[in-house]
Amino acid sequence: MYEHDVIVVGAGGAGLRAAIAAHEAGADVAMVSKLHPVRSHTGAAEGGINAALREGDDWELHAYDTMKGSDYLADAPAVETLTQNSPEETINLEHWGMPFSREDDGRVSQRPFGGLSFPRTTYAGAETGHHLLHVMYEQVVKRGIQVYDEWYVMDLVTTDEPDPNDRECHGVVGYDVQSGKIEGFKAHDGVILATGGPGQAFDHTTNAVSCTGDGHAMAYRAGAPLEDMEFIQFHPTSLPSTGVLISEGVRGEGGILYNNEGERFMFEHGYANNDGELASRDVVARAELTEVNEGRGVNDEYVHLDMRHLGEERIMDRLENILHLAEDFEGVDGLIEPMPVKPGQHYAMGGIEVDEHGQTCVDGLYAAGECACVSVHGGNRLGGNALPELIVFGKRAGRHAAGDDLGEPEIKTGYGDDVEDETDTELPVAPGKAGLDTTGSVAADGGVTAEADGILERSVEAAREHVDSLIEKEDGVQHAEIRAKLQRAMTDYVNVFRTGDGIRKALKIIRECRQEYQNVYVDDPSRTFNTDLQQTIETRNLIDVAETIALGALVRNEFRGAHWRQENQTRDDENWLKHTLISWDDGEPSIFYRPVILDGENKTYEPKERSY
Amino acid sequence: MSTQQAEPESQEAPKDPEMQGAESPAAEKQKGGGMVDQTSTDASELEGETVHIKVFRYDPEVEAKQEPRFDDFHVPFEKGMTVLDAVMYARDEYDSSLTFRHSCRQAVCGSDAFFVNGKQRLGCKTQIADLEQPVRIEPLPHQEVVKDLVVDMDHFYDQMHTVEPYFQQEDLPDGELEEQRQSRENREKVKMSTRCIWCGACMSSCNIAAGDNEYLGPAAINKAYRFAMDEREDEEIKEHRLRILEQEHGVWRCQTQFSCTEVCPKDIPLTEHIQELKREAVKKNLKFW
Ligand SMILES: Cc1cc2nc3c(=O)[nH]c(=O)nc-3n(C[C@H](O)[C@H](O)[C@H](O)COP(=O)(O)OP(=O)(O)OC[C@H]3O[C@@H](n4cnc5c(N)ncnc54)[C@H](O)[C@@H]3O)c2cc1C
Ligand code: SF4
Ligand code: FES
Repeated sequence: MYEHDVIVVGAGGAGLRAAIAAHEAGADVAMVSKLHPVRSHTGAAEGGINAALREGDDWELHAYDTMKGSDYLADAPAVETLTQNSPEETINLEHWGMPFSREDDGRVSQRPFGGLSFPRTTYAGAETGHHLLHVMYEQVVKRGIQVYDEWYVMDLVTTDEPDPNDRECHGVVGYDVQSGKIEGFKAHDGVILATGGPGQAFDHTTNAVSCTGDGHAMAYRAGAPLEDMEFIQFHPTSLPSTGVLISEGVRGEGGILYNNEGERFMFEHGYANNDGELASRDVVARAELTEVNEGRGVNDEYVHLDMRHLGEERIMDRLENILHLAEDFEGVDGLIEPMPVKPGQHYAMGGIEVDEHGQTCVDGLYAAGECACVSVHGGNRLGGNALPELIVFGKRAGRHAAGDDLGEPEIKTGYGDDVEDETDTELPVAPGKAGLDTTGSVAADGGVTAEADGILERSVEAAREHVDSLIEKEDGVQHAEIRAKLQRAMTDYVNVFRTGDGIRKALKIIRECRQEYQNVYVDDPSRTFNTDLQQTIETRNLIDVAETIALGALVRNEFRGAHWRQENQTRDDENWLKHTLISWDDGEPSIFYRPVILDGENKTYEPKERSY
Repeated sequence: MSTQQAEPESQEAPKDPEMQGAESPAAEKQKGGGMVDQTSTDASELEGETVHIKVFRYDPEVEAKQEPRFDDFHVPFEKGMTVLDAVMYARDEYDSSLTFRHSCRQAVCGSDAFFVNGKQRLGCKTQIADLEQPVRIEPLPHQEVVKDLVVDMDHFYDQMHTVEPYFQQEDLPDGELEEQRQSRENREKVKMSTRCIWCGACMSSCNIAAGDNEYLGPAAINKAYRFAMDEREDEEIKEHRLRILEQEHGVWRCQTQFSCTEVCPKDIPLTEHIQELKREAVKKNLKFW
């Protein structure tokens, strides 16, 4: 057994920032990560970090843009915390040596970005995330913070009181990928989940293969609700074969989208007569898919993004990286051919419900980064707002877990008096425990009276038995088959376009996946670096997460932000200015709602129509 | 843990046609693949064909895999297919025990550096259509093999840590929102060095590193360059950095063979950076070996 004050699960931007903050607050902190820290997906971010740094800009403007961008589904206290703290946190990165792009006077550069009323996106070339990740890892090395890398966290160790608000988290169960050893990690003061996004729930995503929603699923099963999971951002220009992202910069510079008939469809088919290719992400994504669905897609799958007319000089000057991406990942030379693109899953606005301190309703359990929902992005995230979220809320979670007093949070968590239960929607399949018995529940037995050590020991024992049974089982279904089916269902039915019927179909298939998962087995008998085993455990997590995305999408019968419903194509403020919460109620998802907080420090953010 | 050294000898061995004949059960599992051994640089020629990959296999724990071998897979080709796509396909469709590191699929996480047709490359950044078939995929040479294509990276990380890879300017501007000033030129100067993704390809390609376990190696020296040349750190720290670099197993070991520069997937001019640091050390009158 390993013991530390604070245990951070995940070592991307959010995890690294949390660990540094907890360390600075005096805690003995350790990071446990399934990848070496520099391999985390934060490294893929390109665009930049939003921070109101310059004269003419201020946090209130940034907050306003963010609330509007969210389609009024973000909580004002969270948004204001983000925008008030991101300038200091961004400059702090500079102080740690981050190689930001520079102006003539030597100050950090900022550039305009979609949905921002001021050019406040601070960047380091087109590799902002790479630098942010490395700079923070350097600081972790400098401080000598312990990192258990290539340790996969399988379970949280939590007491099992009936009401999650009474539960307490004592640590995690980890699995050493290299040796196969399973051990308990005891956390005296807190566990911080910073496990990133769940992009692998979809079969076409800009996310890394490691983005399997592990933290989401573990927190969910421990009793912390998942919030606003239906809000998934789809980026209109990802490469069809891999999902690698082609930056919005191409369209910004004048790149044009064509269908298979050579038509500039954004205009010719009237999707956005004013803004054309530069309409907002969701509008362009919907237009592309409509073209494909109506038979005007290239190879029935994608559309063309053409930048040849920009000329070699301009392309080399501003979009060089895009040429490499198209060449390396699609085998296409962007100077002489148009590039194939289609919408890809990109970002999850929802996640583990937390307050402004990163705390969930389970005592001692925190979440930060893309796996968490504070909520700052609501129905739609603005580009450049995820990276500041990592550093601002990562730091706060780290400090709070280490015992710093951050005051009383305004955002509530867990089931309480202020929520409303879901009563209307009929589910296509009875949710239940199908497929779950094989892995047991995360909340260890023992309840209040049990000692932390005892609960930890039992959890480790259960995890060992679970792994043994997966490896010893001689045949059955392989995870890859289930995963592919799940991803396909999500992409077919819970994608950019959503209909009630489609979502119901998806839920049925997800349920089938659960059933099949009961018969899952691991073919590779080895304990050494068994990725077959790891992916099998991840697949279970994807099933749980996919189900919450689909359930959220089914009950939210309105059109807000990235969530488009055919049956109801208007935003319904009267009924839907509220967060969707799904909690794991003894093996059954139960759904409830909590009102959005639109009251900020000095003003109330009145919902207005967003015009495209 | 018992490990196996992927020495050049063992990589040469399977070139023997006799040994190639020993196709693995995994390869037999798939039918009607239409095995074509062709050399191609034109993707359209491969359309509708399968690609023949030979993948290094080794697992210290599994009896059948304790003796290193190559397994053959025939993977349906798709336009734009990378080496990583091919091994993922082989794993998901034919043999789920096939093991390798990978994550981002876009050349930023640095986890899938392999030895492909005799050269260190990122699997995700290498187009299958550009390679001669059969495509031989092996773990990085000069590193201990943990299993299949996975090598032990600890030594690489240790060397990276040796150069104190973190910014060390304590004298920061007053006021929380005041940044340090850095000229555009200086940022340009360090830019390439900051692109390193810790993939380990350079270290694996370096003959000197192969013979001298203590040699800092190209990646770590480049990391030190990144800080030593950053004007935001002051002179004293720069001198401290140069002292680390000019030690016996530092920059002077480099024999400018350019193999690191050749394989770096981020096009970092590693050899040039090492040379520049040698010149700096001379200028500073630091002793050299
Ligand atoms: C292509 C792309 C471009 C983007 N560009 C921008 C941009 O320009 N600006 C912006 O603001 N945002 C951008 N985003 C969004 C932003 O980059 C991500 O939301 C953010 O980096 C997520 O960081 P994180 O720390 O939450 O997670 P990650 O960086 O994904 O880290 C997750 C960590 O958790 C670990 N982990 C996961 N599961 C387990 C487990 N079971 N056990 C142990 N460890 C585990 C992983 O090893 C990893 O270390 C972009 C996203 C993508 C995909
Ligand atoms: S210098 Fe280049 S080859 Fe070496 S580790 Fe860094 S990215 Fe890889
Ligand atoms: S998978 Fe990340 S670098 Fe290739």
